[in-house]
Amino acid sequence: MRTRFGDRVLHWYTWLIILWLSSPIAVMIVFGFNDKKSKSNTSWQGFTLKWYQELFAIDGLTEALINSIVIAVVSTILATTLGTLLGLAVGRYRFRGKGLTNFLIFAAISTPELVMGASLLSLFVSANAPRGHVTIIIAHTLFSLAFVVVTVRARVVVLDPSLEEAARDLGAGTWETFRLVTLPSIMPGVAAGAMLAFALSIDDYVVTSFVNGSELTFPLWIIGSVKVGIPAQVNVMGTLIFALGALVAIANSVSSRRRAAR
Amino acid sequence: MNNPLLRGLTQSRYSRRDAMRVAGFSAAGLALAACGVQGQKAAPPKASEVADFWSTQKKNGQVVFANWPEYMPEDQGPLKKFQQATGISYEYKEVIQENADFFGKSEPQLRAGQPLGYDIIVMTNGLQLAKMITLGYLVALDHKQLPNFAANAGAKYKNPSFDPNNQFTIPWQAGVTGIAYNTKYVKEDITSIQSLFDKKYEGKVGMMADAQEIANFAMFAVGVDPDKSTQADWEKAGAKLAEQRDSGVVRKYYDQSYIDAVAKGDIWLSQAWSGDVFQRQLAGEPVKFVVPAEGGTIWVDNMAIPKGAANPVDALMLMDFMYQPEIAAELTEYIQYVTPVPGVQAILAAKDDKDAKALAESPLIFPTDDDYAKLRSYKTLTAAEETVFNGIFQSITQG
Amino acid sequence: MGRRAPYWLALPGWLWLGIFLVVPIAAMASVSLTTGNLIEGFAQTLSVSNYSDAIAKYSTQLVRSLVYGGVATLLMLLLGYPVAYWIAFKGGSRKSMYLFLLLLPFFVSFVLRTISWGFLLADDGILFGTLKGWGVLPTDFHVLATTVAVIGGLVYNFLPFMILPIYVALERVDPRVIEAAYDLYASRFDAFRRVVLPLSLPGVFAGVLMTFVPATADPVNAAVLGGTGNTMIGNIIQTEYLVNSNYPTASALSFTLMAVLLIGIFIYARTLGTDNVLEAAAR
Repeated sequence: MRTRFGDRVLHWYTWLIILWLSSPIAVMIVFGFNDKKSKSNTSWQGFTLKWYQELFAIDGLTEALINSIVIAVVSTILATTLGTLLGLAVGRYRFRGKGLTNFLIFAAISTPELVMGASLLSLFVSANAPRGHVTIIIAHTLFSLAFVVVTVRARVVVLDPSLEEAARDLGAGTWETFRLVTLPSIMPGVAAGAMLAFALSIDDYVVTSFVNGSELTFPLWIIGSVKVGIPAQVNVMGTLIFALGALVAIANSVSSRRRAAR
Repeated sequence: MNNPLLRGLTQSRYSRRDAMRVAGFSAAGLALAACGVQGQKAAPPKASEVADFWSTQKKNGQVVFANWPEYMPEDQGPLKKFQQATGISYEYKEVIQENADFFGKSEPQLRAGQPLGYDIIVMTNGLQLAKMITLGYLVALDHKQLPNFAANAGAKYKNPSFDPNNQFTIPWQAGVTGIAYNTKYVKEDITSIQSLFDKKYEGKVGMMADAQEIANFAMFAVGVDPDKSTQADWEKAGAKLAEQRDSGVVRKYYDQSYIDAVAKGDIWLSQAWSGDVFQRQLAGEPVKFVVPAEGGTIWVDNMAIPKGAANPVDALMLMDFMYQPEIAAELTEYIQYVTPVPGVQAILAAKDDKDAKALAESPLIFPTDDDYAKLRSYKTLTAAEETVFNGIFQSITQG
Repeated sequence: MGRRAPYWLALPGWLWLGIFLVVPIAAMASVSLTTGNLIEGFAQTLSVSNYSDAIAKYSTQLVRSLVYGGVATLLMLLLGYPVAYWIAFKGGSRKSMYLFLLLLPFFVSFVLRTISWGFLLADDGILFGTLKGWGVLPTDFHVLATTVAVIGGLVYNFLPFMILPIYVALERVDPRVIEAAYDLYASRFDAFRRVVLPLSLPGVFAGVLMTFVPATADPVNAAVLGGTGNTMIGNIIQTEYLVNSNYPTASALSFTLMAVLLIGIFIYARTLGTDNVLEAAAR
């Protein structure tokens, strides 16, 4: 079938948007190769690979990056799990407390970051709970959760519940129905929610800066280093995150095309 | 690598008792409403109390140092030498990003009487450090245990207006706020602070977003010494700044990004910190720095011991160790800010190293006596004054 | 299970939100009614004057934030919808790759993105400097430190939060239904308006909720990209809390902002008006 002209325009348009969103990343990548002679890294002074060779020379930075990745993965899993269940509840059912639940989700999204961070800190201080990875994960799960709920709900409300009824009529149990019918049908929403949760977590500064105790994440370390000068290793690490992500995306698309071809 | 993350995930950090207390907070949530937040304004400690405190403290063989990132050579040489010389093991944490953020998160902990977990912290003289002192959140220092500071610190760094007699703080590194200008666009030699208010640079002037930074410069511009300023002076300075903004001279009130803007030519001249300009000159960018004739600001990042620190004696030893000229020189070579130890200049000049010599010769690292004579600190404010002061100057930057 | 199902599904989320959101926020609400200062202490006086004073003092910034947030959201909807549409119906086996690529720039710290934008958009930089050299732009043209830059920054930073939920809703629709609709209706626009658009509305609602609300409260873009007179309410809240340690005013402003946003979203849901959306509205 011949592709319509409008579709081709939209295809190009989509790539244009992706390019636009990625354009600052290109600058970041280039300056990871900058043979800078001072602590500032904003004017081009020649090509070098030394920042790649010395990538892990700054212990604090390396540790912060590892922290960020682990925290993002754990909080994404938690937020996606809790958020999907809650999204199903408010998207599918009528129940007492639904209005309140919707209100809570709205509150979680609209609470200014600073207030969320400060009030969580006073909770943890009151409870004398040590600040660290656990409290950061709790906070990240909290603000990501609402975004997952909203995304999943947008999927659930357009689904046709009759499919699940049919499955149950055919004798499938609750869990089987969920696993074989419900989950696959809401999966795009779950996946999109998880991606948003991951992006929110790995880039958070304000909330984390309140509840981190003496643990550092990648964004915190970078902001602190602005005072003296951001080392080029930060650009290289950013580049590697981006490259790794791009590889995952490409591998995913290749494998799903194979699956589709079979 | 000793990753605290793995420790954090493998150790059970959360006891059942803690969980119970979390539950208790729900009730406390409204209990708090009843009593509010208790004020903790502390009377200045008496000399006898300070002596009593220090007489009961002894060396513990460990110290935790909280600092800003990139404020220590990557090999941590000075700290390693400290460990070799004293047998005290150290933990170095780059956990401070901003004075305001650091204060915002430390204050509730200190108020609740919980230790921060650090023996030394580093904060700029300014609103937050003043509050730390007023609220009694810092330990008064025992100067008997700071012989190197007494011997080697420059006169300008002793007895500062924000901390008389260095009762609570001694400097880590310092910097100067002056004017930076891009010589590609500005064809004259800038010497006066009035250039920042000059209509001919309309839309090409950068000012800082920080209330105390703009306040000092506006007071210099209207001929007032910030240290001796009164509310009437602030209002006059505020009017000067309002005129500067409303006539379109100011492009933006910047955070540290001003230096990118000057270097790229988005703005042609700006309030600026000496250390930033020095880095741009190293990079070969056409940026000049001047301490204006009317005056400039000196600011100091200070070491202090927070209340509840577990190892105050070890902390004092580390603080003092950094005042050995050789050690201070090592710090300056890496950090490239203004050092509170003037003896560093001769050490760097004597080195057989082009970069060290360049540092020794730069007035951005070692301000001249002329410059020092023009430099003033931020105005030290009481709580009541601060409200008025912030009201005047924040309404300029946050229109 | 059965009738109790929604409760079991919601329980873990409720617990999380209850302990870590409701309790701390309630404490914060009580702070917003206190008077005093950090040094002398804050006393609970149940005074609502914090609210009236803060609104009186900062109404300009509050209104400005709503306008910036609203304009940015509208732009995001216009820019994002076609992307979501194309990926959902024509993305084929590469759907998730496209979504991932849209989000990937946001896995890298906003500080780095910001510095890079400063480089790209400099007055005499790689882009505008070249155009000025060709005489296409006047020499005093600039984007940084303007309202346009702030709104552009908001659009840039929140666009994926608009695209993803719209995609999620559209992806459910069978492309054959669309094809059939296009054959059925007189014009493609008619088909879109009558078939595709209604099906996507829950996604649009979710997208607006997830972009308008955080964009209006955002403290970063105005500080980084704005000039004089672009301060938003998020910046004010930060200054009042962190610089002035004026906890009561900062919390009063936050709750005012949340209330205004809630009203805005409610009105929006009402005007949008389908049953599904009303279901989704935060009531």
